[in-house]
Amino acid sequence: MQETSAQQAHVHAPPEGFIRKYVFSLDHKVIGKQYFALALVAVFVGMGLSWLMRIHLVWPNSRIPGLELLSKVGAPGGVMTPEYYLSLLTMHGTLMVFFVLTNAPFAALGNYFLPIQIGAEDMAFPRFNMMSFWTTFVAFVVLILAFFIPDGPPIAGWTSYAPLSAVGKDAGPGMQWGESLWGLSIAIFCIGSLLGSLNFIATTLDLRAKGMTLMRMPISTWAWFITSCISLLAFAVLLPACILLVLDRHAGTSFFIPAGLIISDRAQPHAGGSPLLWQHLFWFFGHPEVYIAILPAMGIVSHILINSMRKPLLSAKVIIYSMMSIGFLSYMVWGHHMFVSGMNPMSSLAFSFPTLTITIPATVMTLIWLGSLYGANIQINSASLFSLGFISMFVSGGVSGFFLAQPSIDIYLHGTYFVVGHFHLVMGVAALFGVFSGTYFWFPKMTGRMMNDSWGKLHFLITFIGAYCIFMPFHYLGLVGNVRRYSSFVNDFMGPDLMALHKFITISALVTGAAQFIFLFNLIHSRFKGAPASDNPWNATTLEWSMPSPPPWNNFGDRHPIVYHDPYQYGVRGLKGDFVMQDSPEQAITSGD
Amino acid sequence: MSTASIINPHPASLPSSSADRASRSGIWLGLFTITMSFAAFTSALFVREGTSDWGHIVLPSVLYFNTFLLLCSSGTIEIARRSLVGGRVIDSPKSRKGTIWLLFTLVLALAFCLGQYMAWQQLRAQGFYLATNPNSSFFYVLTFMHVLHLLAGIAVLAYLTGRVLASHTTFRRSLFENTAIYWHFLGILWVYLFVLCRMKL
Repeated sequence: MQETSAQQAHVHAPPEGFIRKYVFSLDHKVIGKQYFALALVAVFVGMGLSWLMRIHLVWPNSRIPGLELLSKVGAPGGVMTPEYYLSLLTMHGTLMVFFVLTNAPFAALGNYFLPIQIGAEDMAFPRFNMMSFWTTFVAFVVLILAFFIPDGPPIAGWTSYAPLSAVGKDAGPGMQWGESLWGLSIAIFCIGSLLGSLNFIATTLDLRAKGMTLMRMPISTWAWFITSCISLLAFAVLLPACILLVLDRHAGTSFFIPAGLIISDRAQPHAGGSPLLWQHLFWFFGHPEVYIAILPAMGIVSHILINSMRKPLLSAKVIIYSMMSIGFLSYMVWGHHMFVSGMNPMSSLAFSFPTLTITIPATVMTLIWLGSLYGANIQINSASLFSLGFISMFVSGGVSGFFLAQPSIDIYLHGTYFVVGHFHLVMGVAALFGVFSGTYFWFPKMTGRMMNDSWGKLHFLITFIGAYCIFMPFHYLGLVGNVRRYSSFVNDFMGPDLMALHKFITISALVTGAAQFIFLFNLIHSRFKGAPASDNPWNATTLEWSMPSPPPWNNFGDRHPIVYHDPYQYGVRGLKGDFVMQDSPEQAITSGD
Repeated sequence: MSTASIINPHPASLPSSSADRASRSGIWLGLFTITMSFAAFTSALFVREGTSDWGHIVLPSVLYFNTFLLLCSSGTIEIARRSLVGGRVIDSPKSRKGTIWLLFTLVLALAFCLGQYMAWQQLRAQGFYLATNPNSSFFYVLTFMHVLHLLAGIAVLAYLTGRVLASHTTFRRSLFENTAIYWHFLGILWVYLFVLCRMKL
């Protein structure tokens, strides 16, 4: 009795006023959309930077109109300097990894749908949730500020390797205040991510609806849950690393700077620090970060494929256990980023083994997806196409991981475009395909309107072909020894055929990037003019489809969902068709019965 | 409003049990995160210690007294917790006793912070600054990070004290209990850090 009366109260009162509704909102759905919007801004800025880099790589002396407005020093007369190329490279990587690949699949979609999928009214700590978004926003602003200071953005890359990242202005343009802004931004970002992850875990553990056992949670929820566990551990280590880095830069300490270092003809007033220490701390975060980006996509894709196939996966449980194994193993492999760092070769061997082991759960998952697709009568739409595309990208990008996991091969390939091709496909494009798939799938729920499917298919087609045209040749370039991080190449070094290949990649990047504006237009246009969506346009089973589109501020209203079924009752005879919703008390009858 | 309001209703609105469970999970997850951060600092310390310029500092003697203060505050907050959370009514003698112990905790906490400040001053007087050698760097970083976490705890303690003293208001039992857990944790963390610094002299 007491419980019932308590349940009728709400986590927070209905929001009133513009500020409370749309700016400092406590509603997880609004916060999810805010994260999504931030990721959208970051991804277009990041993509613009990649365009500039690609153009400079193949036409290094050409003038890019307007670029001098961004930086008079970095691009005098609109022609990019080699140093400014590195600045753009750093900002591209940082924006994409932190503000897109962490925010979009995990913080944005997870925030919106995790509470709903487990039948909760909101996150466990709505104020922390709001704080985590606004902290992340401040981190974004601090990072972007680097473009507008005289010093310019840092040139240390998104990994900010010490000692160059730690010594200050002697290390080159952008390394005085730009790099400090980078360190500050990432430290702030860590705090936001920690708050968010803590919230996700507590929500999943404690706010599940009646009947929602852990094994009845949708795979997407499992993915966000496992991701938040990884994230809690990873960012808790990156934060101290950033603090030590900032102290080395501004307080004269020597955590990462060795003795006797001469940079730009100046002896550095530091002693005894360990550059390898930074790499260890950074990659202890950095490798799990890869899974922070990809695991949510795995969950989203599984969730959507099941709906499109109208039948369960061969084994949802094995998918969940595989994701757990990946999460666990992700903490044992960080040294595979450091095979050429001067680390003890025995350590390389020790890191190589778990790296190869991690391919086992990844392969198991892929086999389950492919095995489930075999003979399935899949419904083709934008969401399912991007899910299928995800599997393709994940496999293509993942296979090159087998090579890189072995120190003897990595020593040759590490500094080449092979690595660039590998991580862009498996971490960048694959994770983004998961986000695209999730967006096309959940947009009707978020807005009450459908996205245009024809434009979605066109977007998929160009992006799918384009991504392969860009990143597959990278592998080839790497194999023939094309080094990465250089701002331009000359024919004598590359051979004329390879420059032609670089030009092909640049043109592919321009076309594929342009196709993203189809997505953006579709997103904005459908928000206002899209066909109205029903509450459950995909005939799906999970709880998010049992509420109005878009959901009211308190999600389920005064209704408290009770869960009766596993999440994926498809291919059965239900009252509404070939599916039974999780909160429907009806008995599912398999079609064969 | 009556001065005899109950002390632990659940003014927030989640079903009481799940709200409490979530905040309990939250505090343990928070402690886990902080532990992980200090584990990262510790591993950095061990790596850095392996180099030849590790250096030497003399730990300020006031740290022993500070340790005593912080451990005492763990005891006082525990007495306060048992008196206040167990009590049903603000004006009972039991909860008045709890309020006094809560104030004691706050005083001890502030005294600890002051003591840490004195320790830093003592070190500076000996010529050991943040960047003097890696040993002093780690000492300042670890103690400062600990105080930073402690200040967050003090803010919540001050808030709770304010709520209890203005006896017409109420507060959540779980908030008090979680603050106590957090406070005990900071005590344990300090003992760990103190031993670590002591060993690495």
